[in-house]
Amino acid sequence: MLASLLYILTNIPLLLKGVLIAVEITVCSIALGMVIGILVAFLKIYGSKNMKKVVSIYEWVFRGIPQLVLLFIVYFGLPTIGLNFGPFVSVVIGLGLCSSAYQAQIYRGAILSIGSEQMEAGLSLGMSKFQTLFFIILPQAVRLSLPGFTNEFTIVLKDSPLAYAVGIAEILKYGRDLIVTSFKPFEIYLACAIIYFVLFQLFYYLFKYIASRFEVPGFLIADQ
Amino acid sequence: MSLVRVENVKKSFGKNTVLDGVSFTIEKGEVKVIIGPSGTGKSTLLRCINMLAPPDSGKIWLQDIELTNPKTNLHQMRQKIGMVFQHFALFKHLKAIDNVALGLVKVKGMNRSDAYKKAMNDLQKVGLAEHADKYPAQLSGGQQQRVGIARALAMDPLLMLFDEPTSALDPELIGEVLQVMQNLAKEGMTMVCVTHEMGFAKSVASEIIFMEKGHILEASAPQQMFSNPQNERTRSFLHKIAELYGETL
Ligand SMILES: Nc1ncnc2c1ncn2[C@@H]1O[C@H](COP(=O)(O)OP(=O)(O)OP(=O)(O)O)[C@@H](O)[C@H]1O
Ligand SMILES: [Mg+2]
Repeated sequence: MLASLLYILTNIPLLLKGVLIAVEITVCSIALGMVIGILVAFLKIYGSKNMKKVVSIYEWVFRGIPQLVLLFIVYFGLPTIGLNFGPFVSVVIGLGLCSSAYQAQIYRGAILSIGSEQMEAGLSLGMSKFQTLFFIILPQAVRLSLPGFTNEFTIVLKDSPLAYAVGIAEILKYGRDLIVTSFKPFEIYLACAIIYFVLFQLFYYLFKYIASRFEVPGFLIADQ
Repeated sequence: MSLVRVENVKKSFGKNTVLDGVSFTIEKGEVKVIIGPSGTGKSTLLRCINMLAPPDSGKIWLQDIELTNPKTNLHQMRQKIGMVFQHFALFKHLKAIDNVALGLVKVKGMNRSDAYKKAMNDLQKVGLAEHADKYPAQLSGGQQQRVGIARALAMDPLLMLFDEPTSALDPELIGEVLQVMQNLAKEGMTMVCVTHEMGFAKSVASEIIFMEKGHILEASAPQQMFSNPQNERTRSFLHKIAELYGETL
């Protein structure tokens, strides 16, 4: 038992090599999801009728496809029509597209709950639309989105091991390599689990801390 | 020259004609009270005056500037028209003092220390200096609405628009807001108020405008309006408010 524990602990540093790539995948996917998500949210609120329909279908489709299937379509499928992406980019596209559908909902909910009166109040002071968006709507939308965003970030983090399926050397891949020589799958996978768990907690509390820094009475964002 | 001229303003939302040819003028220092049934276009009329809801046709002038002219710089003109909202519409992520100072800094380009000095002064005017550092959620409805008034006043407007400023308030909080409005009126502020607080109308209004279905049906001084309304519709509406608000007219 003690030996196993020691074995787990001594192997964690070897697995840590995969942490950076896991974080990179998560951050890039979240960033892609954010850019598309914000765009989709705006189009769904302010777009024309047809535009609203198009983005609704977009959300509907990407929420309904498992990420692994999406990833395989991008990595193995798209090359057959001449679109070649490396494994890292494929993972980011797969996770990012899926995340964008969820993030769109988060931002749309935030913007809608702010209400049109805030915009009118800004305009009535003589501010431009852009000023009002920047100084009034955005600061509130960010606060309102933080809990949902934190949640989505940790979900994508936990989905990042899918990268293993296209051969990226992340935590799980390093674990696999160790098992081949050590024949200790239980200990090694447990070590992987610990790393993911700690990563999850790190980011969770990081975002919670950020939320608490932005906290304003009336926006109960830090205690989710 | 009148401070405001509204000429034959029409406004529809889709097939719903909300304002169907409204005309009136406002002189400097006047207090106009607009009353009328729900859905008549009272809010829409106010929102036309500061061009938040631009009219489909007709003209609106503030002093010698035509607001309805597409070439008019609305950002500049809106600074001269303060607006107070039914549900306060305070910027929820900002303290009371920041709510008041924001327009001074971002729109008037004042430096921060001058802006905050002036904002504090305006908060004092509405009796809220000691609440300057509170967020809207920490203030009562009456206090929030007074911050809303201070925020509009800070821009030194020529005209203040009030859209049912007390109708979202608990009865015991209405008085403090009306008091601030009354003081403003006495200081000579030009005001257009949509309100059914007839006590307020009686004491400060220079004219009461009764609107129905997008038209001005009757407009006259409070005394005339209450003692001898010309229109049967006005009469029955005034009775209804009297019953609802328990005012003896
Ligand atoms: N932005 C809008 N889009 C579509 N319809 C609108 C809009 N604003 C107002 N309306 C419609 O215009 C009509 C008049 O609305 P308005 O708010 O001006 O009435 P009101 O006299 O202020 O009523 P209340 O006493 O209930 O506040 C209503 O039928 C309303 O549904
Ligand atoms: Mg109204």
